[in-house]
Amino acid sequence: MMYQLKSLSWWKWVCIILLGYTLVAGLTLPVPAREILNETIRNLYFHVPMWFAMIALCLWSFVYSILYLGNYNYKYDAQARAFAEVGFVMGIAGLLTGMLWAKYTWGDWWSQDIKQITSAITLLIYAALFVLRGSIEDEKKGATISAVYNIFAFVLIFPLLFIIPRLQDSLHPGNGGNPALGDDSLAPMMRPIFYPAVIAWILLGFWIANIKYRYFIYKNALENEES
Amino acid sequence: MKNLNCLLLTSIVLINSTFAQNQISQPEMADIFMQHGKFYVVVGVILIIFAVLIFYLIRLDLKIKKLEQNIS
Repeated sequence: MMYQLKSLSWWKWVCIILLGYTLVAGLTLPVPAREILNETIRNLYFHVPMWFAMIALCLWSFVYSILYLGNYNYKYDAQARAFAEVGFVMGIAGLLTGMLWAKYTWGDWWSQDIKQITSAITLLIYAALFVLRGSIEDEKKGATISAVYNIFAFVLIFPLLFIIPRLQDSLHPGNGGNPALGDDSLAPMMRPIFYPAVIAWILLGFWIANIKYRYFIYKNALENEES
Repeated sequence: MKNLNCLLLTSIVLINSTFAQNQISQPEMADIFMQHGKFYVVVGVILIIFAVLIFYLIRLDLKIKKLEQNIS
């Protein structure tokens, strides 16, 4: 295994180092004292990067869906599929962590906050993508239809997560007209932990999606050998 | 001497009261927990879980790499 470790891509090592740093620094370094939030402000290093990771993974998936419709290369379809799946998993983690955080700061698991509702809709849209994919038996047909749907799904993230929450009153910071992560809401002392945390969680998502992608490629090669 | 004592007493009372006020107005943080509550054990446990998961992820990655070498 030690010899093989050299073949592990450099960005996976960056992921391990940054994630280790995030866990230690995120839990132990001082954070600003704020009413209501108290120590839960540390969730910024864990809950928020889930959504950053979801959007990064879904962006990757979106790009490969467009590429797939350009030349119908099955590798592009495998990329789009793997990254959308892991993006969805990250989104579920974001929603669940958000609910736990909300219970102790906003008073309830679910407050019908506009951003809670729109992020749940976003996840349902992606869930429908996997149902759609699973319901089409023909591999190539399924890939093409999923690619078209996936493009629409990603475009919908923008109104759902960035535009609509800003037009309504929201419990989330950075909504109801305020800039998110602007000068006031992200204290300078949190930045050296928050930005590496975002990169770390995105890289972890990419790593898992990368393994899923290679699984699809291998499966495809096996099936071709058999037939 | 009596004056000095009086001054000392007032200053102690003043310092105490401002300190007490600070404690009330400050949002409650886990300061004591962090210092004496064996909090670093929790960080250690989380790091061990993290190390185990990363170890597993690396193994999975290398296993897939081996399979890839079979088909190419």
